[in-house]
Amino acid sequence: MVTAPGLLRAREVAAEVVDPELPMLTLADLGVLRDVAVDPDGAVTVSLTPTYSGCPAMAEMRAAVTARLQAAGFADVRLRTVLNPPWTTDWITPAGRRKLAEHGIAPPGRAPGPVPVALTLTRRAAVPCPRCGSADTTETSRFGATSCKALRRCRSCLEPFEHLKEI
Amino acid sequence: MNDDHVYLSLTEGDAGGDARWAFGTGFEDPLHGVDTTVPDGVDRDALAAYCLALGDDALISSQRLAEWCTRAPELEEEVALANIGLDLLGQARLLLSRAGQAEGAGRDEDALAYFRDPADFRNVRLAELPNGDFAFSITRLLVLSSWRLALFARLTSAADPVLAAVAAKAVKELAYHREYAAQWALRLGDGTEESRARMVRAFAEIAPWLAELSAAEAGFGVEPGATAQDVAAVLASVAAETGLTVPEATPVPGSGRDGEHTEHLAPLLAELQSVARAHPEATW
Repeated sequence: MVTAPGLLRAREVAAEVVDPELPMLTLADLGVLRDVAVDPDGAVTVSLTPTYSGCPAMAEMRAAVTARLQAAGFADVRLRTVLNPPWTTDWITPAGRRKLAEHGIAPPGRAPGPVPVALTLTRRAAVPCPRCGSADTTETSRFGATSCKALRRCRSCLEPFEHLKEI
Repeated sequence: MNDDHVYLSLTEGDAGGDARWAFGTGFEDPLHGVDTTVPDGVDRDALAAYCLALGDDALISSQRLAEWCTRAPELEEEVALANIGLDLLGQARLLLSRAGQAEGAGRDEDALAYFRDPADFRNVRLAELPNGDFAFSITRLLVLSSWRLALFARLTSAADPVLAAVAAKAVKELAYHREYAAQWALRLGDGTEESRARMVRAFAEIAPWLAELSAAEAGFGVEPGATAQDVAAVLASVAAETGLTVPEATPVPGSGRDGEHTEHLAPLLAELQSVARAHPEATW
């Protein structure tokens, strides 16, 4: 049986698991950890939400959460996937944004909100360089090493960098 | 215990199916732990058929996009096309899983993706046409992502909560796909004489397949033809910037939704399904 202090501990352990593709972020920083609860039968249930539909890191995240909780003494662990409300980059915490920038990845701006059905080719807000802070940067590719990142280059310090796209 | 390395951490701890890390047969359930109750009042057969069709559109599109790997004009475009394909593969997995649950015959996403024959697929035929040149692939991506976005925007209020949630997630991804395709369409349509000529040809090649899309969307609160104006508006906005026009064309009779396909689907599926059929039940 998991007690109230046990629940707190389970929350801490689950929150510390890191994202496999952005290992500077914990699942809590990324905003994909929706809930940790204790079921009437004593099992710990962890609710995760996927970032992208095809994100191959989801299976890895579930395995890591289960393994970490079991290592911390929680024998019975259940994983629940929450699809609604869908994750957006607004779920990334301020600490998560700071860590991204410290690791040379430009954090996302505000999520664009409801997707308009009409096509607008509006320019997105400027993305400042995470290394030198210059606003003079240009996109080299809309999609980077993972679906969630774009590739950019700074025209001031000339360094390439990744940008976590607003979604 | 070692979480510092993706693969090491998977070889220890949890011995259940979750720890398996493989694409293809045996890859874990994408709807793992989702409340998959079908609500009262939702026709299970209709839900299964609808999710299957939308899942097939995504699966076949994803396979065509993956074919651009090692063939794209630039490395950045190859990465972009593969990532778009990955998003669609994720949508396909969720939708095929949902179709299997609603059907209730014990078929999971793998059974539906790998062990159906061409006549059992329900994707629209535009998705299965060969990639052609880059202009054709971009124009097709523009049309299919615009259509899917307009359709999924409506499905966010579908009576089935899983379908609605999958749609709500997908619209954000589709907006990026459409923007990518639109920017290339503008660049090619407004580029050199050669790139423009190829875009003119691509628009002509795609025009006969547009009518099939409008007829293929009916169900779950969406009337047939509901998205036609939205798709036409997207194409018109690209046309306005480039002077390209979508020519009038006689629609190709039939529909992939009825299991009617071009001769191009069977070879695509032969490649997609070859490993799973050669080694059924294999995991790695």
